[in-house]
Amino acid sequence: MISLPRVLRPTLVRHMALAVLAAVALYVLTNAVGPYRDLQLAQAAYFACAAAGLTVLTGLSGQISLGQGAFMAIGAYTTALLINGRHWPLALALLASAVVAAAAGLFVGIAAARLRGPYLAGATLALAVGLPELASYGPLTDSLGAQNGLSVSPSPPPLALGEAFPLERWQAWIACAAAVVTMFLLANLTRSRFGRTFRAVRDDEIAASLAGIRVARTQVLAFVVAAACGGIGGGLLAFVSTLAAPGAFTIALSLQLVSAIILGGLGSLAGAVWGSLILVLVPSWASDLAQSAHLSHNVESNLPLAIYGLVLVAVMLAFPAGVQGGLRSLFGPILAHARRTE
Amino acid sequence: MIKRMIAGLAALSLALAGCGSGDDSGGGKNKASAPGITATTVTIGSHQPLTGPAAPGYSEISPASKAYFDYVNAGGGINGRKIVYKYVDDVYNPTTTVDVVHRLVLQDKVFAIFNGLGTPTHTKVVDYLNAQRVPDLFVASGCGCWDQAAKHPYTFGWQIDYVREGKILGQYIKQNFAGKKIAYFYQNDDFGQDGVKGLDMYIPKEQVVKRESYQPTNTDVSPQVQAIAAAKADVVVLFSIPAFTALFRLASLKLGFKPQLAVSNVGSDPTTLSGLLENFAKKGGTKVQGNPLIQGIITDAYGAPAGDTSNSWIKLFRKVHDTYIPKLPFDGNVVYGMGAAYTFVQALKAAGKNPTRRGLVDAVEKGGFTGAGLVPFAYSKSSHAGYSGAQIGKISGNTIVLSGTPLTTDAGTGAIQPYTTPQPAAPANGIPPG
Repeated sequence: MISLPRVLRPTLVRHMALAVLAAVALYVLTNAVGPYRDLQLAQAAYFACAAAGLTVLTGLSGQISLGQGAFMAIGAYTTALLINGRHWPLALALLASAVVAAAAGLFVGIAAARLRGPYLAGATLALAVGLPELASYGPLTDSLGAQNGLSVSPSPPPLALGEAFPLERWQAWIACAAAVVTMFLLANLTRSRFGRTFRAVRDDEIAASLAGIRVARTQVLAFVVAAACGGIGGGLLAFVSTLAAPGAFTIALSLQLVSAIILGGLGSLAGAVWGSLILVLVPSWASDLAQSAHLSHNVESNLPLAIYGLVLVAVMLAFPAGVQGGLRSLFGPILAHARRTE
Repeated sequence: MIKRMIAGLAALSLALAGCGSGDDSGGGKNKASAPGITATTVTIGSHQPLTGPAAPGYSEISPASKAYFDYVNAGGGINGRKIVYKYVDDVYNPTTTVDVVHRLVLQDKVFAIFNGLGTPTHTKVVDYLNAQRVPDLFVASGCGCWDQAAKHPYTFGWQIDYVREGKILGQYIKQNFAGKKIAYFYQNDDFGQDGVKGLDMYIPKEQVVKRESYQPTNTDVSPQVQAIAAAKADVVVLFSIPAFTALFRLASLKLGFKPQLAVSNVGSDPTTLSGLLENFAKKGGTKVQGNPLIQGIITDAYGAPAGDTSNSWIKLFRKVHDTYIPKLPFDGNVVYGMGAAYTFVQALKAAGKNPTRRGLVDAVEKGGFTGAGLVPFAYSKSSHAGYSGAQIGKISGNTIVLSGTPLTTDAGTGAIQPYTTPQPAAPANGIPPG
C-alpha cells in the first residue's frame, strides 16, 4: 500500500484536500483560457453536477433513471423565478433549487421505490417528457413563459474584479465552485454508511434487507440525492445560459446524461466529470471539424451527432467500464507495480 | 532582349503604381478595424434552423444569403473585402441558440450577427449581443421587440413586424368578410401573440369565435383544428410557421373543414407549403397533391413574389440562384435570404472603408436604403423596425398574386396608409450602388 501521509488518511480530510486541489486547478485553468472555453467549462460543470447525482442513483443504488433532465428543469425554473421575481442572490437561489428538486425527488422516489428495471426507466422517461411541457400548460404559461421560457438576468460580475472582467469567466467560477462543492459532498456520502447501503441494495435487495437495511428508504434517499444534484445543475444551466426554457430539457438531455455517466464510468464521480466533458467538448469539436471540411449543409448539421455516436461506440468497445474504468485499467498496473517496488 | 526587359520593367512599375493608387483611393489602406474584420474579409455569423421543426423552407434562407454574398465577393467584395458568412444550426431551440451565438461571438469573433432566425430563439440572445456591442442586423423575425432603439441599440429588424402585418391582414378581413365567423390559429409565443394583437385592432371582437394556439414542439394540432371546426369558423387567420400551416391544412382536410385561410407572410410560401403537405401526407400514409390545397390562401408580401418573373429584383435573384444554389427551389425563402443580404451589403458599404461595429449601426440608423421592397424601411435613430408595411395577395398556382396597393402603417394605433411610390429597379450589376 502506498503510505499516504498520516494527516491525509481520514476520508474527510482527503476529500477536502482533493476539492481544494481541484478548485485551485480550475482557478488557474479558467484564467488561462479564453472566454469561449470558460463558457464550455461552465457548461461541463453544470452537466457534471447533474451527472454526478445520476451516477450515485444509477451506478451505486442501481436505479435506472431517464428523468434527470426533469429535475434539472425544476432547478432551472426555480432559479429563474427566484432571481427574476424575488431578486434572491444566486447562491441562495441555487440552494433553493436543490431543495425544491429534492422535494420533487422525494415524491417521485416514493413511487420509484416500488418499480424495478424497465418499469422504473419507463416511469422516469415519462417524467422527463412530460414535466418540462408543464411550462406550456394553459394556467401556467403566464408565470412560466411557455416555449419562450424565462430569461434570467443574474447580477454581473462584481466590480471589484475590474470592469473588463469577462462574464464567461465569472460564470465558469460560479459553476465550477458549485460543482466542486457538490462533488465533495457526494464523495463523502458515497464513502459513508449511506454509500455502503446504496451498494448493498444495488447488489442484492434481499441480502440487504436481511442485513437490516431498509431497502425502500435507501432507494428513496438515493433518488432525493440525485434530484437535488439535478436541481443544482439545472439552476446553474439557467444562470450560465441566462435562460430556463422547455427546449433545454428535452428527452435528449436526459438520455445524454445517462450516456455521459456510462461513457465516463458508471458509479464513479470522476466518471461523471469525464462524461460531462465529453458531452460538451465532442459536439463542439465535431462541429468545428464539420465546418472546416466544407461539407454540404445536410451532412454538416448532422455530423456532430454522428460523431458523438461513434465516440460512444468506440469508448464502449475499448473501455467497457467507461473512461474512468479505462484509466484505472491503464494506470492500475503501473500503480500496483509502484506499490510492489516500494 | 534588353528591350523586352525594359518593357517588362515598365509593365511591372505600372502594375506597382496601379496597386499603390488603388490602395490610396478613399484614404488609407484596409485595416482590421473591428473584430471580425481583416484587410480582406468581413466575417459575420447567424443562427438558423437548418434542422428541426422550422427547417422546412427556412433552411433555404441562409444558403440564399450566402449565395448573394458569394455573388458580391465574385465582383470584388465590398471595399476590397470578401464577406464570410458563417451560419450555424440552432434547431429553432432557444437553448441551442444561446449556445451557438456565444460561440460565434466568442470563438469565431464575428463582426456582426446577421439575420438570426426566429422569435423564440433570437429574443434569448438580444441582451447578450447588445451587452457585447455586437451589431445584430436584420433579425429574421417580425417580432416588434427588435424595435427598441433605447434598450437594444445594436438590434435591427428587417421584415415587416407582426403587429403591422396583423393590422394590414385584419383590415382586409374586416373589409371583405363582414359578419363572418373568424378564428385564429397562432404560435404561442411573441410571434403569434404580436400578430393577434394587430388583428384585434381591426377585426371586431364579436366576430372572433375561436382562438387556438400551438407549440412548435408539438406537431399534433388536431385538437385545435377540431375546436375551430366545431366553432364553424368561415375564415381562419394563421400566424404560423410553414410546417404548422401545412399541419393545419391537413388536419382540416381530414375533418372536411373548408374555411377561407389567411396566413401570415412567414407561413405562406407556396413552394414550401406544397412540398410540406405532400411530405406530411406521405408520412401519414396517404398521398395528396399539395398545390391544389393551398389555392386562394390570403396572405401579404413586402417584396416582389418569387413567381413575378418580370420583376427586375426577381430576375437578379434568379440569376444568382441559378449560378450558386441551383439545387434549391427558387421560392419566397430564397428571395427573402437574398433581399436581406442585399440590405446588409448596403449597410456595410455605407459604414465606410474601415467599418467599426458602431459605424455599422450608425449607417443603418441613417437609413435611406431602398432595395427589393414594395414599401420603405422605417430605420432611423429612434426606430429600428424594418419594412413598414405590406401588400395583400392570394396564392394562385405556385406563386402569390398581389392585389390593391402596398400599405404602410406603424406598430401602434396609427392608421394604415397606401404607399404609392413604385418599387425601384434592381441595379444592373446587382450590387448596391454608392
